[in-house]
Amino acid sequence: MSTRLENMGRLVDRNQAVTFLFNGKTLQGLAGDTIASALLANDQLLVGRSFKYHRPRGVVASGAEEPNGLVNLGQDGHFEPNQRVTTTELYDGLQATSQNHWPTLEFDVGAINTYLARFLPAGFYYKMFIHPRPFWKYVYEPIIRKSAGLGKAPKDRDADTYEHFHAHIDVLIIGGGIAGLSSALAAAQTGARVMLMEQTAHWGGRAAVDAPQIEGMSAEAWIAQTVEALEAMPNVSLRLRTMGAGVYDHGYVLGYEKLTEHLGVSDGPRQRLWRIRAKQIITATGAIERPLSFAGNDIPGVLLASAVRDYAVNYGVSIGDRTVVVANNDDAYRTAITLCEAGLNVPAIIDVRPTSEGELPQQARDLGIRVLSGKGIAKVKGGKRVTSVVVCAQAGEGAALEEIACDCVAMSGGWSPVVHLWSHCGGKLIWDEAQAMFRPDPEQAPKGDQGQDFVTAVGTANGNLFTAEVLGDAFAAGLSAAQSAGAPKKGRAANAPQGNDAEEAALSPAWLMPQGASYELRAKAWLDFQNDVKVSDVQLAAQEGFESVEHAKRYTTLGMATDQGKLSNINGLAVLSKSLNSDIPDVGTTTFRPPYTPISMSSIAGVAQNDLFQPIQWTPMSEWHSENGADYEPVGHWRRPYAYLRDGETVHEAVNREVVNTRESLGLLDASTLGKLVVKGPDAGKFLDMMYTNMMSTLPIGKCRYGLMCTENGFLSDDGVVARIGEQEWLCHTTTGGAGRIHEWMEDWLQCEWWDWKVYVANVTEQLAQVAVVGPNARKLLEKLGGMDVSKEALPFMQWADGTLGGFDARAYRISFSGELSYEIAVPASQGRAFWDALLAAGEEFGVMPYGTEALHIMRAEKGFIMIGDETDGTVIPQDLNLQWALSKKKTDYLGKRAQERSHMADPNRWKLVGLETLDGSVLPDGAYAIADGDNDNAQRNTQGRVTSTYYSPTLNKGIAMGLVHRGPERMGEVLTFTNVDGEPIKAKIVDQVFYDKEGAKQNV
Amino acid sequence: MSNAVSALNGLTAAGDVTVKEAGLRGMITLRGDFSSRKFKNICTELSGMGFPEQGKANCDGDRGLCWMSPDEILLLVAHDDVAESLTKIEKALKGQHYLAANVSDARAQISVSGPFAREVIAKLAPADLHPDHFQPGDFRRTRLGQVAAAFWLTETGAIEIICFRSVADYTFRLLAASAKAGPVGYFTV
Repeated sequence: MSTRLENMGRLVDRNQAVTFLFNGKTLQGLAGDTIASALLANDQLLVGRSFKYHRPRGVVASGAEEPNGLVNLGQDGHFEPNQRVTTTELYDGLQATSQNHWPTLEFDVGAINTYLARFLPAGFYYKMFIHPRPFWKYVYEPIIRKSAGLGKAPKDRDADTYEHFHAHIDVLIIGGGIAGLSSALAAAQTGARVMLMEQTAHWGGRAAVDAPQIEGMSAEAWIAQTVEALEAMPNVSLRLRTMGAGVYDHGYVLGYEKLTEHLGVSDGPRQRLWRIRAKQIITATGAIERPLSFAGNDIPGVLLASAVRDYAVNYGVSIGDRTVVVANNDDAYRTAITLCEAGLNVPAIIDVRPTSEGELPQQARDLGIRVLSGKGIAKVKGGKRVTSVVVCAQAGEGAALEEIACDCVAMSGGWSPVVHLWSHCGGKLIWDEAQAMFRPDPEQAPKGDQGQDFVTAVGTANGNLFTAEVLGDAFAAGLSAAQSAGAPKKGRAANAPQGNDAEEAALSPAWLMPQGASYELRAKAWLDFQNDVKVSDVQLAAQEGFESVEHAKRYTTLGMATDQGKLSNINGLAVLSKSLNSDIPDVGTTTFRPPYTPISMSSIAGVAQNDLFQPIQWTPMSEWHSENGADYEPVGHWRRPYAYLRDGETVHEAVNREVVNTRESLGLLDASTLGKLVVKGPDAGKFLDMMYTNMMSTLPIGKCRYGLMCTENGFLSDDGVVARIGEQEWLCHTTTGGAGRIHEWMEDWLQCEWWDWKVYVANVTEQLAQVAVVGPNARKLLEKLGGMDVSKEALPFMQWADGTLGGFDARAYRISFSGELSYEIAVPASQGRAFWDALLAAGEEFGVMPYGTEALHIMRAEKGFIMIGDETDGTVIPQDLNLQWALSKKKTDYLGKRAQERSHMADPNRWKLVGLETLDGSVLPDGAYAIADGDNDNAQRNTQGRVTSTYYSPTLNKGIAMGLVHRGPERMGEVLTFTNVDGEPIKAKIVDQVFYDKEGAKQNV
Repeated sequence: MSNAVSALNGLTAAGDVTVKEAGLRGMITLRGDFSSRKFKNICTELSGMGFPEQGKANCDGDRGLCWMSPDEILLLVAHDDVAESLTKIEKALKGQHYLAANVSDARAQISVSGPFAREVIAKLAPADLHPDHFQPGDFRRTRLGQVAAAFWLTETGAIEIICFRSVADYTFRLLAASAKAGPVGYFTV
């Protein structure tokens, strides 16, 4: 059984017990434990069930590469699935439940799948569930979904907060092992801005466990001394619990810092996402030990040799009393030696190599450990935990030589450098035959904007497995990165720390154990523990023609789980290459993509959650709107009142009231959101003649003109009223959503195309609060406020004037989007609310009522005015909307002119704007299509038009609509049939689009 | 101008780092030819400050000059002095190609002050705020969270932020939330 040792455990505090809950069971751990070490100390070897076969699974590793130990963590608003037990620090009151089993971890119904394994090979889903077609959607998928899946999705809103932080760094070092520390020392002495991040809670990485000598002292002492030295330097920033998640173009790096997770629920941000710009990046990300592929290598109790060592040294936890070590290298002997020193039994070291005579094997033999050379494991016996191993000759097919009783197997297939971050941005790899590993190719590093290398891999991440070369390599890289980043000082290469450890003999690759293993054994030799991919699956994929490693990956799901194949990739592609009779480097690797391990969606959102999710724009009058029943609708990022609801009213009733009141007496509209762009300069007239389809250069000072803007492809893009302010100055109104877009559009043309034209543009949208004063009593209200002359003579329709109104500095435009007598008054935004209040107070005797955007829409539709976004959708040209009158014939050019002359645009068969009136007075459904005879090539009914705007008109007491209809204006009076999703098709007659006051008498008084 | 109210009417979120809306400020967007002596002279005359280089702002109290782009200056004056300043600009630059627009009310100004004010901004803006790189006199046009913003550092270590009026509420709450979340411990100055 696994238990806590009396000695060892450098990271745990034996005086500080911690209580936690696993699957509802109360367990004790120690401060400094991870969930994994605490579970193991409680003999909880079983941590989950595998994805496909629901096999019992125990912890395999001790770090980020762990494929099995995933748990649901926390409760309610703090719940998070798929948390890795090996990297989650224990805290008092932690609650975890294991995943992917039913009804319990110990007894799981889904485990039947393991007996069906021979019917569930790679590609099973693809082959089985393809016929009959509809079955996938209605039968297979729902069932498979239920039986698959790892953690549960959270049900509650995340109760924690998160944040981002931006940092600009000269030399960013990812990984706080001895390589990262050595690089940091080197870079720091040049005065460069240095940051060193380490994903775990401790500096030093593996060296603290494997304990080489550095600078004549123990690794642990050197680490402590170095961290202290770095902490004292003002140009160095050190961050624990911060993972380098991804490396992107231009030295952009995401760092994922865990702030409070090791404390449990607490105040302050839970995670911080570092958004870093680094001139140079050093990846000191270490290496991951590879499993060996033998039958039963997934049975709980089979762990990586390094993990067994980590649990003993770091946490004082033994996995079992009798541990068999199986390896193809010298390094794994350290595990045997460590366990012996802890007083545990190591019945045998099974080494695939014919001889092993190095320093470490000798040490093991001196401790009395039996070394079986040239041997392998035929299979591991056991169910929910290892009971014994069957030894065979590695060269053979798996005939049993002896059986050794044990409760732990420590396996080591060599080491794979963590090349993920090196590879994220294009760094290439080379195959190191001698060490059987892919390592970074320094000749093909990720390239920056000047073609410079901007990532350097160091230490074991660079394929250097020995302390002396790790330290030297990392120090030199630290210096050179600092130089490349333009550091002020040179730094001394001679300061590189010196280290040494035991000499090791070469490893011998062993991709399958035994090398001639039978199908039966191969079908139990796991490559990918999380996704249940076995040696036999990869071989089947190769046999079925999935020769590309990317195809084989997707066919078998090798490396596609949340661990992204950290343990399985190299072993998997080695098996694939063997099946294809090609060399490993020729098969290549799959693509390494960020993030290194999953990061939370919340950290990506940062502070942008709840009411900070998105910026909302408010006008100076918004507070009044909110206090007076505004039912808001989003218009771009603005919130505009759709209608103002009074006691007991429905939205529909409120809208109708607002329309009627405006038509009969007086309405106010907060029009502050409309875009206002000042265009000024000697060439401003020429410029506006290009931007608008109309002629704007000839507009007299003091007058207004409605204008259309098209894209260069001829499509209608925006509209609004343009006012000529001065000899060289115009003010262009845009739609609410168009303000920013049209400003950019104008700057684009001015900066990129007509850069020699003397024109300046300024966006003054938010400088002005603008109120539309609308209705037969509009003039009376303004006259009551007093100040400027707003009579018909002084301020005729489509003119503007500056003056004061009720003491407010105001600019009044006589423009109308409703068909009524109407003024739009602009005042400084800081006085907008006061002006609004003044209008309401003075308007009381006229029964003034503010109206919202829906009343605005209805009134403009009654007048047959188009609305950008309703009548236009990016495919509509002004001609479609019968706006030929707004297309200047005098101008030689304007944006869109030539495009509109193309044959398709000039085609008389285009759908054109008309009014639509249902025969029964009902309201047409929005977006309804006019049905035509016959079907198209896709067996869909042909259409001949569609509804673009449709409303109930309280003025006319019936439904009114506009629509685009094939040759519409030529077909006045014709009755069309429109689709109606909820009922019978609806008949509507083609009519003139102006339903109300066609002569314009009402607005021109 | 008793009617005039700033976007947030002086709203304050007090804490270790305090976020405070600065109230009404006069701001004039001035676009023109930086090589014109008349242009520079009117800028320095109205602000009482030297003409700033790229990426810089010379500000003191509610007067100042901020470099916005190669042909755009933001002139800061007292809110009550804007109209008069515009008249002076018109007179001084008569015959030149320029654009002067009152944008005082299109903006909100928010001050962030306290021991880790710099970090509060660095949580939200992608600009380099390291003390080696960002000192009094430096000016950045960038973004805070999801909105456009510009800011400079005062001699007292406070950061003055300008954003659009319509998003003053969002920007204020963004800054207040980031201040409340506490220091990062990255900038030592």
